[in-house]
Amino acid sequence: MKAWLRLSGVLLLLLVVFSGAAFAGHEEAAVQMASQGSSMPWWAWPLILFIVTFLLGIVAVLGGVGGGVLFVPIIGGFFPFHLDFVRGAGLLVALSGALAAGPGLLKRGMADLRLALPVALIASSCAIVGAMIGLALPTDVINTALGLTILGIVGIMLMAKKSEFPEVKKADSLSTALRINGIYYEASTGEAVNWKVHRTPTGLFLFIIIGVMAGMFGLGAGWANVPVLNILMGAPLKVSVATSKFLLSITDTSAAWIYINNGAVLPMMVVPSIVGIMLGSIVGVKILAKTKPAAIRYIVIILLLFSGMRALLKGLGIWT
Amino acid sequence: MEKKYSATEEQLTYAGILDKGMKLGLLIIISTFAVYAFGILSPHIPLTSVSNYWGLSVHKYLEVAGIHAGWSWLFMLHKGDFLNFVGIAFLSGVTMVCFIGIIPILFRKGDKVYAVIGILEVLVLALAASGILKAGGH
Repeated sequence: MKAWLRLSGVLLLLLVVFSGAAFAGHEEAAVQMASQGSSMPWWAWPLILFIVTFLLGIVAVLGGVGGGVLFVPIIGGFFPFHLDFVRGAGLLVALSGALAAGPGLLKRGMADLRLALPVALIASSCAIVGAMIGLALPTDVINTALGLTILGIVGIMLMAKKSEFPEVKKADSLSTALRINGIYYEASTGEAVNWKVHRTPTGLFLFIIIGVMAGMFGLGAGWANVPVLNILMGAPLKVSVATSKFLLSITDTSAAWIYINNGAVLPMMVVPSIVGIMLGSIVGVKILAKTKPAAIRYIVIILLLFSGMRALLKGLGIWT
Repeated sequence: MEKKYSATEEQLTYAGILDKGMKLGLLIIISTFAVYAFGILSPHIPLTSVSNYWGLSVHKYLEVAGIHAGWSWLFMLHKGDFLNFVGIAFLSGVTMVCFIGIIPILFRKGDKVYAVIGILEVLVLALAASGILKAGGH
């Protein structure tokens, strides 16, 4: 699969470069078409987008965040694309990453279908509402709210605790009725870990908010899923991370359809972004296997702080 | 040791469908983008003009480009840019197929609550995909 993805990426890169070059040969004048006031040829922005999303894919893996949470504020803040299209592309980027990771996580039993399904039903329904609100609100309002959300995520990243194996003394009645529990094999200790969850009604309620925000901003929602599943509901960290990643494939699907059906998807943005971030993630995983620079998490936080401030100031009309 | 704690039947079925769907979807996305970028099929919006549209809000873009939202792209598949929506829609539809695949297994195992959750999820995704839900302008 990885080799397949690598090949796809190389093909796409060649495609963008050579199709641009071929086009240049035939219509030189058209290639000089201004891009939002610049004199770049049409293929330059998709190529830059591919390179930037490739780098974002690496940084996201090393920083332990999803690609979507970096994609929307950074591409929205510093590229000439309207936020409507950036959010549509952001959802498809997060969705593709989740679809690619899903099979492996499910087969290994790390992502848990019984934990994911009730949560997904709530989050995906609310993501539809969020997407519709997001497309209906004025861009400056969305930018302001996005900026505040990104700054809030930075706060969560700095303060939220994680627990490998949270203590759950007694499963609540709802999770007992739904049989949300499981066993997974922890390779590092060679032991089978029994897990169950508590505070399920509160957790499900929070997924209403998470779903709305995922749809509204196109961010993906791993940054919120993991703390709720792990700290609040008490699922083991690995199960929480894996189930969160899998959940995105369902939550983002419903929101993505709203963006697609409302016209907020431009293939010229979406395809280079999807392939760029997927290839970057593969490279990131390889780097992660050898080393994990401690500084990378702070780089992610600084990137989010900067892009969050950019979105906020853009929304407030201070830095347009 | 690890095999003992392997995933459930429905989980493995879901994973199998997702795996095949995701790979096929990605292949379609890259192939159709090649058709678009190499100009094999002429696009509705010329490649040189796309940059004039991506800075507009979606409502303005639809108005200026003369594009109808919803499933109207199905009638524009002969245009290079709209051909890309085949892969995008395919990737966005894989999850629904995964759920449809596991519902019979859940019923067979007597897991009626999760089977109903699965059906509801399919309905939610179908509603989102239907194009019935339109966002207001801004």
